[in-house]
Amino acid sequence: MTDSSALLTPLLAPQDQISAADHGINAEEWQRLTNRLGRVPNLVELGIYSVMWSEHCSYKSSRRHLSKFPTHNERVIQGPGENAGVIDIGDGQAAIFKMESHNHPSYIEPYQGAATGVGGILRDVFTMGARPIALVNALRFGSPDHPKTRSLVAGVVAGIGGYGNCVGVPTVAGETEFDEGYNGNILVNAMAVGLADQDKIFYARGATPGNPIFYVGSKTGRDGIHGATMASAEFSEGEEDNRPTVQVGDPFTEKLLIEACLELMATDAIQAIQDMGAAGLTSSSVEMADKGGIGIDMDLDKVPQREEGMSAYEIMLSESQERMLMVLKPGKVETAKAIFDKYDLDAEVIGMTTDTGHMVLRQLGEVVCDIPVAPLAEDAPNYDRPWLAPPARKPLDSSTPAREQDALKILLTLLSCPDMASKRWIWEQYDRHVMGDTLESSQSLGDAALVRVHGTSKALAISSDCTPRYVLADPYEGGKQAVAESYRNISAVGATPVAITDNLNFGNPENPATMGYIVKAIEGMAEACRVLDYPVVSGNVSLYNETDGQAIPPTPVVGGVGLLDDFRRATGLGQAQSGDTLILLGTTAGHLGASLFARHILGLSPKDMGPPPPIDLAREKEISDTVRSLVLNGLVHAVHDLSDGGLACAAAEMALTSDLGLDLGDQSLKNLFSEDQARFIVAANDDQLSRWPKGLSVEMIGTFGEPSGMLSVNGEVLPLEKLRKAHEDWMPNYMASVATE
Amino acid sequence: MKSAIVVFPGSNCDRDAQVALSEVTGYEPEMIWHKSGALPDDLDLVMVPGGFSYGDYLRCGAMAANSPIIASLRRHAERGGYILGVCNGFQVLCETGLLPGALIRNASLHFACKPQTLEVCEPETAFTRAYGKTANITIPIAHHDGNYVADETALDRLEGEGQVAFRYVGNPNGSARDIAGVLSENGRILGMMPHPERAIGPHEGGDHGRALFQSLIASI
Repeated sequence: MTDSSALLTPLLAPQDQISAADHGINAEEWQRLTNRLGRVPNLVELGIYSVMWSEHCSYKSSRRHLSKFPTHNERVIQGPGENAGVIDIGDGQAAIFKMESHNHPSYIEPYQGAATGVGGILRDVFTMGARPIALVNALRFGSPDHPKTRSLVAGVVAGIGGYGNCVGVPTVAGETEFDEGYNGNILVNAMAVGLADQDKIFYARGATPGNPIFYVGSKTGRDGIHGATMASAEFSEGEEDNRPTVQVGDPFTEKLLIEACLELMATDAIQAIQDMGAAGLTSSSVEMADKGGIGIDMDLDKVPQREEGMSAYEIMLSESQERMLMVLKPGKVETAKAIFDKYDLDAEVIGMTTDTGHMVLRQLGEVVCDIPVAPLAEDAPNYDRPWLAPPARKPLDSSTPAREQDALKILLTLLSCPDMASKRWIWEQYDRHVMGDTLESSQSLGDAALVRVHGTSKALAISSDCTPRYVLADPYEGGKQAVAESYRNISAVGATPVAITDNLNFGNPENPATMGYIVKAIEGMAEACRVLDYPVVSGNVSLYNETDGQAIPPTPVVGGVGLLDDFRRATGLGQAQSGDTLILLGTTAGHLGASLFARHILGLSPKDMGPPPPIDLAREKEISDTVRSLVLNGLVHAVHDLSDGGLACAAAEMALTSDLGLDLGDQSLKNLFSEDQARFIVAANDDQLSRWPKGLSVEMIGTFGEPSGMLSVNGEVLPLEKLRKAHEDWMPNYMASVATE
Repeated sequence: MKSAIVVFPGSNCDRDAQVALSEVTGYEPEMIWHKSGALPDDLDLVMVPGGFSYGDYLRCGAMAANSPIIASLRRHAERGGYILGVCNGFQVLCETGLLPGALIRNASLHFACKPQTLEVCEPETAFTRAYGKTANITIPIAHHDGNYVADETALDRLEGEGQVAFRYVGNPNGSARDIAGVLSENGRILGMMPHPERAIGPHEGGDHGRALFQSLIASI
């Protein structure tokens, strides 16, 4: 046998149903594939089908439900279906953003998994012509007591920082929670926001036949082969051995790729462009061909390769990072090559677009793949998976055992519990200020981050939200809540919410109980998006977050983006003044179901915790609009939305951040810790209050006192410094301690 | 004032430096890609910006210190030109030997990004004059390798000769003698880990960096 036949023979071998099953293609899908193709596929073709039809690429379990999301409002330029969503932010500019998960790889190899998650989401944004200006991450880890948690936190945080810091995009916001439900499947969701001129936005669509297919960036190696398939299956014990399917990130190359691509985009050379993310060269080339309604013919020998002897199968399925594929306009190859040469990046013409509608791949002069493009995308399975409506929970027995005089003790407990404790240990490892436009980041502790639109007085408000214990208790209300809280957080800083990206993290959709959570959460979110006029413009679905049959808590994360015309009118959390009144806007009904109080103080397990607070969306909109208007008219000094831990935790956070004592008067535990929604607290002085519009339903809660003073309620006092210490110390102490197992 | 900013592959504070120089000094700096040969002969100031030149994949700043552009940076220094190296720029200047000492991994081993209080130790230098009698300022830091080291003799000399421009108040990285910024013997080269170009307000970095750039206009 010659070398070339040794390489080619297995690639060309006809495949059967057993081999298909090994590729994650079930019997029904195999039938569909062979019917459409009119023959059995060879190995390369099967590999391509398997990744294109994987859950990760095809959204086959969620697609029909995702279509329930509203995706348009007057500011939406591009909704779901491209690399990222695009919104109009005025003056001919656009914000481009998306959130994406890197859950499975981060569990297996936390540093590289998280790092490449950041790299991937950045590429989604700059592929479209945007300069990335902000990163956000939403992290969920297992119980702090679980022996793996500490090292996963350390690795993920280092990975996010290692990539984002080097590439030079500020990490401005995030959330981090712990729950034993994530012991076997952590969640690493990364969001990127970019800025572009509306007349310089690039899409995967638009390629025409007869043009060069141009490969740029890193060389292709054997890393990450079948990552998309891995992300479409459950874990079982010992899955860490999957490490070779995790990619390795190179933020330095990514930085060069950003600069080179943006430089090329400033010329008129690109017809269509797609980054090589999940399923690498396969999905990028198929996407462009499918959206352009054309064929492609690629010579894989021309693909820059890191290793010798790679087969067509490996080249097509590699998920090596920091690579882009584009279709150039005629006569632009030299221009493009010169730019990539400046940055010492590989850049090669690896094929041509055709009018055949087929994907033809060649290696060593042989055709190793010849399949019609359309079925890869069009015929991808679209399942209506059976689902069971999640059972409604019995109301929480509200005869609370705790006593009113324990209020401050409870506050100390909640503010130092893993979910509420300060995450300074994390965000101090992220460069939050590079690019010089960060107005408010995690450091300012406000409800949303604020990033100035470079060179203007405009700013984008960005936040990430989800309360998984609500979604677990009632996915419909919990889905609504995630969107409503995002709307509140964006409004709290004075910005107008424009649109969201979402990252839907769930367990195995083939389990009807899990599928029920997926369906109801999506429906709840969709309802909230509709009422709030806050559409979904991009997103990602991560299913099979399940180990040995144990699914994660349902976690549909919402990444919200809002617009502020003049950042000088923004308000944060930390600007309350001595003598200001603390005012509650919204209605307190005393709902303790599924609250932090129920979890940490009553010590209830999720099934006994009762339903989450109901969401009145019309009320959410009204109150957020009121607060925004108060902020923009300078009628408040500080704002905070009420969420986890209710009034007491929000008020304490405002006191801590403003470093002012605060007297909350006499309050029942229900007033202090219930998590009723559609509520804000604000700090304002008498002069501001006198100028408030009449008729607002407000409740005077307390008065801000002296710097570094006392927090008091029901006649009890607690020095702020003690509260601050409890709030700040949990995370560093936890990370510094040694696992006891 | 005629200034330029050297851009290495992996520099990522080059735009921040450009904005700071043009906004505070009123003069637009020239951006010079490291491969483009030489710096112009008539520059007053060269800024070596922060970032991760060559990914910091070798020692921080070590690869950049061997870039072709460094020869003309040296000529600029020999002519008595002003140089400001921030963060990775400071690391590059140490690697070239234009400034003494070296920067190693933070004692915490973690990347550290936070507002940092600094003491202005030498109020009469070309870089600090505009701070006047202000003793302490706050400038953000953001680095993984900002732990300044030098031998005891060198440290004694730096202190004795008034070459310690800034010291940390609350040492964030383990730097010897809390040193945050170092001047060359002729006082015309400053390397510092904190980012004055990220502190020109109004933003989260504050505005205490402005006076550093204002000092330069007065000096040049």
